[in-house]
Formats: sequence, C-alpha cells, structure tokens
Amino acid sequence: MMNSLEQLEMETKEIKNEVLLGKPNLEVFSATMQKLAETDRGIMAVTSDSRGSGKLVPFGQKFPEQIVEVGIAEQNLVGVATGLAAMGKKAFAVSPACFLTARSLEQIKNDVCYSDNPVKLIGISAGVSYGALGSTHHSLHDYAVLRAINNITIVAPADNFETEAAIRSAAEMETPVYIRFGKKAMPQNLGSIDFEFGKGRVLKEGSDLTFVATGEGVWPAYQAALKLEEEGIHATVLSIHTIKPLDTGLIEKFASNGQPILTVEEHSVNGGLGEAVASHLFQNGFRNKFKIVGLPDDHTVHGSQVEIFDHYGISEEGLTKTAIELLK
Amino acid sequence: MTAKELKDKSIELRRKTLEIIYNAKAGHTGGSLSIMDILNVLYNRIMNVSPENFNDANRDRYIQSKGHSVEALYTVLADRGFFPEEDLMTLCQYQSPYIGHPTKGVNGMEQNTGGLGHGLPICCGNALAAKKDNSGVKVYTVLGDGEMAEGSNWEAMMFAAHYKLDNLCAILDYNKLQITGSNAEVMGLEPVAKKLEAFGWAVKEVDGHDYDALIETFESLPFEEGKPSFVIAHTVKGKGVSFMENNIKWHHGVPSAEQMEMAREELLIKEEV
Repeated sequence: MMNSLEQLEMETKEIKNEVLLGKPNLEVFSATMQKLAETDRGIMAVTSDSRGSGKLVPFGQKFPEQIVEVGIAEQNLVGVATGLAAMGKKAFAVSPACFLTARSLEQIKNDVCYSDNPVKLIGISAGVSYGALGSTHHSLHDYAVLRAINNITIVAPADNFETEAAIRSAAEMETPVYIRFGKKAMPQNLGSIDFEFGKGRVLKEGSDLTFVATGEGVWPAYQAALKLEEEGIHATVLSIHTIKPLDTGLIEKFASNGQPILTVEEHSVNGGLGEAVASHLFQNGFRNKFKIVGLPDDHTVHGSQVEIFDHYGISEEGLTKTAIELLK
Repeated sequence: MTAKELKDKSIELRRKTLEIIYNAKAGHTGGSLSIMDILNVLYNRIMNVSPENFNDANRDRYIQSKGHSVEALYTVLADRGFFPEEDLMTLCQYQSPYIGHPTKGVNGMEQNTGGLGHGLPICCGNALAAKKDNSGVKVYTVLGDGEMAEGSNWEAMMFAAHYKLDNLCAILDYNKLQITGSNAEVMGLEPVAKKLEAFGWAVKEVDGHDYDALIETFESLPFEEGKPSFVIAHTVKGKGVSFMENNIKWHHGVPSAEQMEMAREELLIKEEV
C-alpha cells in the first residue's frame, strides 16, 4: 500500500507546475495525527477546549485514551503536556497560536525548552487566520518570542505536504518543536517531496530576485513569482518552513549573486523571518537590497486573512509591486 | 528509616544545608529549613526513588515546585547518595551544576523549576501518564504558600480532580511567610483547606516537623480513592535555628560567620540531646 507521501509524489509529478489547491493545513494536521495514532499509542493530543478548533473531534472519538482535555487553561495545557512528555508520551499541545505562545510562554520557556522536554507545540489558526476576531486572536509575535528562547525548532509549513511531513517529523523529535498553521485551504504541494526540519525548499529558481518566504506567506510569494515571470523577471522562491534553525546555507546560495531579497511572512515585521534572514546576511557580508514584508508595527486592520494579506501587500499583486520597486 | 532515625538525621541535614548556604553566600535559608523534614520523610521513607532506580521509568516522581528551597533538596539528595556531598561546596559558583534552583543537570532532579506555579501542572501530566500506563508511579510536589497565588496552580488543581489523580500528592509548605511579609498581609490564602476541598482534593493537615505525623500522613495516601491528595504541612520558616525561625529576614538571608557558629552550636546541642 502506498503511504500518503508516495501518493502525493505521484500526484505532484502528474500536475508538474500546476498548483493544486488542497485542504487547510489544519485538516492535514488532524488527519496526520489520526494516522500516527493508529500505530502509536504514545501519541497524545492535549487540548484546551480546542479539539473542535483543532479538527480533533474525530481523533478524540477514535482514540479517547489519547486525547487529554485540559479546559481553557493554557498554562496548565503546556504544563500537563510537559509532564506527559517527561513520562515518554509523544505529547502534542494543541491550542490557538495566539494563546499558546503568549498565555503559556513561561511554560514553553521553562518547562519545555529549559527543561528539555520534547513537547510538540501546535499553534492552530495562527497569524491572522482569525482575522476578523481581532488582535486578541492574532499571533504575530510568536516567531519573535520563540526565536529568543533556545532549544526550540520553529516551523510554519506552507502547503499540505510540508504540514504532514512536519507533523510526522515532530512525532519523532526528541527536542521541543513549535508548528503553526492556518485554517484556509493551501496548495497540496508547491515543490519537491524533500522535507527536513532546518532545510528550506526551493520551489522555483530565478536569478533576478529571491523570495524568502514562510508559512502561508509562501503561496502569495509563489504566485507573485509566476506573475513576474510574465514580465520577464525570474524569481527564486524559497519555502523556509523552519524559521529556527534557519537554513542559512540555502539563503546565502540564493543571495550570492547580489540579487534583491524579499522576505514574506504572516508575522510582525519585528523579530520574525525577515529580521532573522537580514541579521544573518548582514553579519556575513551580504549587502543585497532587502525588504521585509509582514505585518507592520501598528494596530492590525480587521477582516479575513485574505483581506488582511491584501491590505499589507502579502498577495500576488502586492508582492509583485514590491518586487518591481525593489528591482528599480 | 524510623521516625526517630529520621528526626536524628534532620539535625545533620539542617546543619549541612546551612553550611552550603554559608559557603556559597547565597540561598533560601528559611524555606529550606521549613521543608527539610518533609523531604527527609519523602526520600528516606516514602518514595520509591533512589540513585539505583533513577533511570527506571517506574520510579516515583518528586518535582519541587518551590524551586528556590533547592538547598534542602540538594542536601537530602546528596545524603541519599545521588552525588558526593562535597560537590555542594560549589553551590552557585561559576559553571557549577548546583545552581540556585533545581535543574536536571544534577543527578536526582526530575525537572528544572524556579518559576513559581510550574510544578503542579507538570506533576498532573506525570500522574495522568502513570494512570494510563497502570505503572503504579506516585507523584509528589512541594509548593510554597506564597506560590499559591499563582493561577496556574488552580488550573492544575481543577485538572487533577477532574482526572481523579489519586496517585498525585501535593504538599503545601505552610510557614505563612513570604518574601514581603505574612501571607495574610501579602495575599490572603485562608481558608486554604476549604478551598482545596472545594477544588475536589482530599486534604489532611499535619505538623510539618512532626515525624510520626508526617509518616502516618504519607503512609495513608491516597487519602481518598479517586481524589488527589493535598497535605497542608504547617511549618516554621527557618525551623531548627531559633534566631531564624519565623523571621522573613531569613527568606534568603545568609548567616554571617558569627551567626553560622551560633547555628552550629544550637544544632549540635540538639544532636547530642
């Protein structure tokens, strides 16, 4: 029987460059959790009244012994997940990214990272997925705060393929990991089927400009690159699904001919992927033209994720325009 | 060990704790003396944990939520053979693993603690995993009374009762003093027993320095089947050294040479008696 990755590989080969819209990464997460739990009784989903938001209701029905409800208590969520992990369970703490990485930040810092417990922190409906619900429900700070804490891998998958691979990899990890994604449908697979934490994926190659994107900012970057192609501008698109540790080798490779770099992320422009890339390149002598596209240091407008993306230029149109400006 | 043997040992443990604090010129003196008898009973009478079984998945777990009273825990662990006592002369020195709060870099420590309100949630996860595995593992934690103001403790208390974690025992080191003053002045905790009972715990109150009472209490765990157990241990901050007792100055006060000599003499007299 083919596993889902092999199946996806075949489908990917068939569709070649055409982007097939897949499911929300959230649904890929929950489906992957079910697949893993079927053969691994140690897989535990720990939820904070978030099994519905996390699409884990079927998981809970099928594996009632492998779901732990904590109630709306995010500090305890991470503490309990830590205690389970310390006893050898593969504990996935699942909660909206906004609460998980703010309300329980001290638990992440002390109990998970400092104490080196291999908890898998799953930030659902991340970034501005809950766009119209207001900034209480946005997580535009998570990369920044977690980047400043040692001993944690930070991951934002772009497409369905990266999401499944990330969840499978996380299950086997012996160190802390944070994975965040949204709830809007994303492409099935924008590139090859190579996946490893800390290794970016080259989705498209071109020497005029490099998009260094992460999470749900990758798809608009990819669309912009296709649009620029029509204008005779050849762009590289990197999916940097792992924000920490950063694939500095790959980024350097696609910065080395001096092409402008445009970073794209569903995060504050402060402290996220863009600053991580800029910091690395500047300290290593690169002086490429550079632009960070993300959410500005301001109160965020409200609307759907797409509307907010459009508002701040995290879109095919916006990124195309920014790229052309940068190339001037 | 018998209650008498444990009580005799406690005098030496107290002296050693003061010696390492005196040597390091740092430490949480009052709280360490306050929890000493509890730790002595847990490690030398109650818990199934030793240097020999520390890598055994079925050992009992102790996580010190009030991490700052680590000097008492270091002394008890060293006495139990987890590491040589002389290592503790490096307490708080550059690159020593024996820092001012528990870390897993020290043999015998289950978790890194220090931020308050973290121990009980982790213990809940430990206890739930043990229940799921039917391993018979029991989980213990000591909390400070000032620490009870942390909301995460009450989240964990709801959880432990909901999941009927009767393999979990939380111990309140109730010396009624915290760094700023009395609990009553800083943030009232009373009626604590009623609060804990209302949160679904089985509660017993005990003199936290009475060895017969401590042994009897811990040997009666779980206090009620299907409920987590809370021991309210009435203790004295600075217990065992008269001029340190019930004085917040000794929360993290370090004895001078003269005071250390007075403490030694006082403890020596007790040892001889």
